[in-house]
This record gives sequence, C-alpha cells and structure tokens, in this order.
Amino acid sequence: MKDFCAAQRAMRNIRKAAMQRGVVAVLDIGTWKVACLILRFDGPDLSGEPDGIGAMAGQAQFRVIGAASTCSRGVRFGEIDGMAEAERAIRTALQSAQKMAQQRVDHVIVCFSGAEPRSYGLTGEVDITDEAVSEQDIARVLAACDLPEFGEAREVLHAQPVNFALDHRSGLIDPRGQIGNRLATDLHVLTIEQTAVQNLLYAIKRCDLELAGLASSAYVSGVSALVEDERELGAACIDLGAGTTGISIFLKKHMIYADTVRLGGDHITADISKGLPVPHAFAERIKTMYGGVVATGVDDREMIEITSETGDWEHDRRKVSRAELIGIIRPRVEEILEEVRERLLAAGFDQLPSQQIVLTGGGSQLQGLDGLAARILGPQIRVGRPLRVRGLPQAATGPDFSSAIGLCLHAAHPQDEWWDFEMPLERYPARSFKRALRWVKENW
Amino acid sequence: MRALRARLSHQHSARPDPAPSRLAYRLQRLSLTPSFHRFLRVGLPLIATFGTLGWLASQPELRAEVQARALDIQAYVEQRPEFTVHMLAVEGASPELIDDVREVLPVAFPISSFDLDLDALREVIAELDAVADVSLRVRAGGVLEARIEERVPAFVWQTRAALVLLDANGHRVAPIEARAAHAKLPLLVGPGANEAVPEALQLLQVAQPVTARLIALQRIGERRWDVVLTEDQRIMLPEEGAVRALARAMAVDGAQELLERDVSVLDMRLAERPTLRLRPAAVEALWAIRQVTLDEDER
Repeated sequence: MKDFCAAQRAMRNIRKAAMQRGVVAVLDIGTWKVACLILRFDGPDLSGEPDGIGAMAGQAQFRVIGAASTCSRGVRFGEIDGMAEAERAIRTALQSAQKMAQQRVDHVIVCFSGAEPRSYGLTGEVDITDEAVSEQDIARVLAACDLPEFGEAREVLHAQPVNFALDHRSGLIDPRGQIGNRLATDLHVLTIEQTAVQNLLYAIKRCDLELAGLASSAYVSGVSALVEDERELGAACIDLGAGTTGISIFLKKHMIYADTVRLGGDHITADISKGLPVPHAFAERIKTMYGGVVATGVDDREMIEITSETGDWEHDRRKVSRAELIGIIRPRVEEILEEVRERLLAAGFDQLPSQQIVLTGGGSQLQGLDGLAARILGPQIRVGRPLRVRGLPQAATGPDFSSAIGLCLHAAHPQDEWWDFEMPLERYPARSFKRALRWVKENW
Repeated sequence: MRALRARLSHQHSARPDPAPSRLAYRLQRLSLTPSFHRFLRVGLPLIATFGTLGWLASQPELRAEVQARALDIQAYVEQRPEFTVHMLAVEGASPELIDDVREVLPVAFPISSFDLDLDALREVIAELDAVADVSLRVRAGGVLEARIEERVPAFVWQTRAALVLLDANGHRVAPIEARAAHAKLPLLVGPGANEAVPEALQLLQVAQPVTARLIALQRIGERRWDVVLTEDQRIMLPEEGAVRALARAMAVDGAQELLERDVSVLDMRLAERPTLRLRPAAVEALWAIRQVTLDEDER
C-alpha cells in the first residue's frame, strides 16, 4: 500500500494549526447553496450560562461565531462546474460570515457531495510482535490492507478503520494495550474523482484560503442528523440535496458505506418548470411554498396563481391546482427514493440489525415525504434535523444545514483516519517529505 | 395588455451581483486582521507625525524661522516689566560691607529676572570674607534682595605682614589698619594662630584672673601657645592639654600670687615639672640669700 495520503497528512497538520489558532471556517459547497460557518474553539464554556443546550456529549467545545449562506453558482451535482462563479459564491459566503464574526479566517474545512464517491471495505491482518497491541501495530495492520484498483484519477477522501479484531474477538474499537497474537482490521475507504478535488482546491486557493480538511457531505450530514444510538445500531442517512442525494450507512458509530445518487431537488424544480411551464425561479418558489407528495381532495380546490411576463394575457394569468403540482413532484421523488433503495440494497442495508432511515437535507422539508419514503424504503423513517450547536443562528438550524453542522462536529471531533497513524518505518518511501512538499507547493 | 405593476421577477433580475469583487474581498480580510488594526491605530499616526516633523526639520530655512520666532517670543516675555529687576537691597550688613557687595556683584540694573543667575551671584557674595551666609531672592516690585549674615570679629590676629580680624571660627573677617580701633578684642600673634582659634577661646576663658594683664596669645611654631602678660611675663603652655596646664597655672597664681613676683617665664610645658625662670635681679638676690645662709653655716 503506497502512501496515497501525503496530501491528507498535510491537510491534517494544517487543521491542527488552525485549531491551535482557535478559528476555523467550515464551508459546505452544495448545488443550491454555499454555507459558511465560522467556529471558535475556546474549550468548554465554563461560565454556566444556560442557553438551553446541554453538554452534548462533549461537542460543546466550539462556538459558531459567524454564519452565512448564499445561493450557489457554478456548482452542478455537487461538483464545481464554473470556476469563477463558484469562487464568487464562496467569497460571498465567506465574506458575510467573516463580517458577522468580525474575525478573519485563513483555514477552511470543506465538504461537498459530488465527485462520485465509491465505498470500499478493506481488511488487513498482521501478527503482533509484542504481546500487547501498540500504536505501531495498528499502523502496521492498517498498512497491511491491500488496496483494490480504484481506477484512473481517483483519490482517497476517507479511510477510516471501522473495526478491529484480535484473534477471535471482533468488534473492538480500540485494541491498544490488549493482549493477542493476530490483529485484523476492517477499513472503510471512500474514493472520489481527482479532478473534482483539484477544482475545489483551486477555487479555495483563489479565495486566499488554506484547506484544512475535506469531507464527504453524505458522511457529515450523517454525523449531525443521526442520534447516537442510531449510529450505534445501524442507520442510513439520506441527505436530499439539490443536485445530489447522499447516502451514508452507519454501524457501531462508524460510517461503513457512502454513496450519492445524482438526482435531487433541482430535478424536481426542473420538472415543474418544464411541466407548467414557468421560469425556474418561480418553479422553485411554488415548490417550496405549495409542494408536497400526497394529494388530497382539498388540493384539487387550492389554486396556485401563476404569473409570468410573456405579454400573452391568457398565458400570464393561469391558475394551477396544487394537485397538479403534486402530480409533477411525486414521480420524481419516487424516482429518487427508488434509486436510493437500490443503492441501499446493493450495500446490504437490509442485513443490518436496525434499519432506521433518517431523511435530512433541504429536500426532506417536502410535505409528506416521510410517508412516501416509508412506503418505498422501509417502515423506520424519520425526518432528521441537525444537532444543535452553540451560537448557531436560528436560520441555520434547519435540515438543509445538516451537512454544514455535521462538518463542525467532524472538525471538533474528527474520526481517526488511516493517515492519523504513523506509517510503519519499513514502508516509508524515500523522499516522501520532498513529495509532500511538492504537493503543497503545487496546491497552495 | 401589459401589467402596469413592476413584477417581482423583474426586480430580481435587476439585482446586482452580491458577490464581492476580489479586491473588496481582500480589503475586508485585511481590515479584519488584528495586526493591520494595530498598525492603523498606532503605527500610522506615529509614522505620519514623525514623517511630517522630520520633513519640516529637514528644511533649513523653515527651521531657522521657527528658531527665530521662538527666540522672539522668549525675548518678548523676558522684557515684560513684570520680570524686570531695578535695584539691589542688602540687609543685615554694615555700610562698608554693603559697598563691598555692590562692588563685587556683576549685575547692571535694570535686568530681566530670567537673566539673573542667583546661585552664581550668591557664590560671589559668599566669597567675601566678612559674609558668613547670604540668601538671595528677587522680591516683588523688581528688587533683588540679599540678606547677609555678617561674621562677628572675635580676635585681632597679628602676623608679620598685617593685622587681621578673625571670627570665632578662625575665619578672616577683614584686615585692619590699627590695633587701637579694636582694642577690646584679644590679640593673637604668630603664624598658624587662626587655625587654633577654638583653643584660644578656651584659654581666654581660663585666663580670666589675669585678663587685665593679658597682652596676647602667641602661637609658637604653629603648635603651642604662649600667654604673654605685661611686665614681660609669659606662661608657656604644652601642645597637649594647654587649657588644663593654664588652669593649673591660674590656680598656683591664685594661691601664691606667683605672677606678682619677679618671674619672667612660667614654663608649664612639662606637666610633671613646671619650671620658673627668674629675672636677673631676682637671681642675684637669691644668690645673695644663699651666700648669707652658707656663711652662717660655715660660722
């Protein structure tokens, strides 16, 4: 296994430096909006000031001091499509967040949903030299996982050890210090397209920022929208975004699978726009105001006034019943959910002990979605809102901010990844330091 | 028919791009940088101030003008009548001393009080022999007041060259022409007498019984005193314990009227052996008496 993660190691160091400085920005680059939160890390709040939020399992050591979101531009399917436009969107969000925080940020952690993530489950096994498992042994067993062929131009985004087995005992979370002979591990690797990452890096660089971390938005919205026991027993988080729908499956507090369906709320809007026909902005408006998936008798009588400016009076003064609107929306939602069901089935979600499904993301605010999803995906369905974090404005507490908030939590308590462990000495490639330097030079 | 009311979507399309330009974005980030803030608050004013001052100071004609104007203002203030000193008032001094003071004081009235160096003037006055202490101040109304404490003469000191008055500390007060003008002051004679004035004072105190006959205290060899009396008598005192020796001599005189007799010198220099020197007549008389006594013995 070659050192495929020099870049990730470098990023991890930048993240540590940012934590030291105490201020870091998290940026959720989505298809519909770019959200930016600025976090200040200053330890737990000891003032005892009651703000209605408890200790939150140690998540309270940071505070959101700036939040802003702006309409995203130049992003399609969660990938950067137009560099200059995307850069402007990032600048807008970051500038208004900085203005709110009254503080300059130089380090940013980014999550995005596109770039066709693919999950791989790897296993590695190694004999233990001492009788107790040391950190070096863990690094060795992680290095012993044999990587499959990822394909051309793909890069590792996450590589998290999800399980350790010592001799016949499996399901260990932290095997260090335990006695045994043979250590095995299961590693979950998520790869993405390299060009998407490079575009993102370039956009961040053009905004004079330093990238302190990358995360998959499917993963981070699972972190914020799932509660602890759901993550422990097995659950899937469906992040219904605008351009993509992210799927992440959690078991034993680790993500074991992630995928995206390249369908989302924008497709619903496009359907409305084509079907009625109305401008895209107006379609988005009536989708959010009157949209739903289950039509009732009342909806036949509820008329939506459609205005446009073609100059044709008949065309400009139309009325559409809500049932018609629902009739356009529902097939597309069904299509998305069926696609999600296929992915879940392919991942073996039905084998998990608990099959909780949590819908989150902006699309989950569609009325009646949970009923429809229950019929397609399974009975255990709920609509998840993200965890509350300190200092977050009310406007940013909705399910459409679950990936941004999940990224905050991920920044505060990052999951151990492959590159957090020192590489075993015998596997250190020559001139790796030089290569890392070159990588940094190229990308920053 | 067109709608008369402006449409929402119309307004929407007319909205400017909300994205900040690259320059605006960088400026905002710069303005949020704490070090930049510090620079604006402290560094920039300092640079501006010192830069301007430095530039002004580098123009020679400007500097000269500023200096000239400052001197003008200074001169104007100094020339104000409120600060002018017209006259000198000397207090606590004899008329001769007042004349002396006026003579030595290097001040030409009227003068601005800013130009008076009181400390230096005070030094000049204090250097006069007759002045023990002096305080100088500028009094309201433009008067320079010198309050002088004069030295009180206690002795007349006669040296080979001149007659000088000394005060109780042995300091010169003034030279005099004639002893007669200060007949009441005791006379000290001999070089080095001024350095032993305190002892001389004590000796005078002890010599009270012979004050009427006292002519002078003579310093011998700058180390010891002789008390010179009328009728060419003198009492020689030792270097150490002169007062005690004189007291002894006075006691003997008081008891036996020693000095009334035909004695020229009472030598007290050796405490264990006081010695008398008789006059020649007395010696002869003594010899004569001794002769008589011998003759009687032979007989």
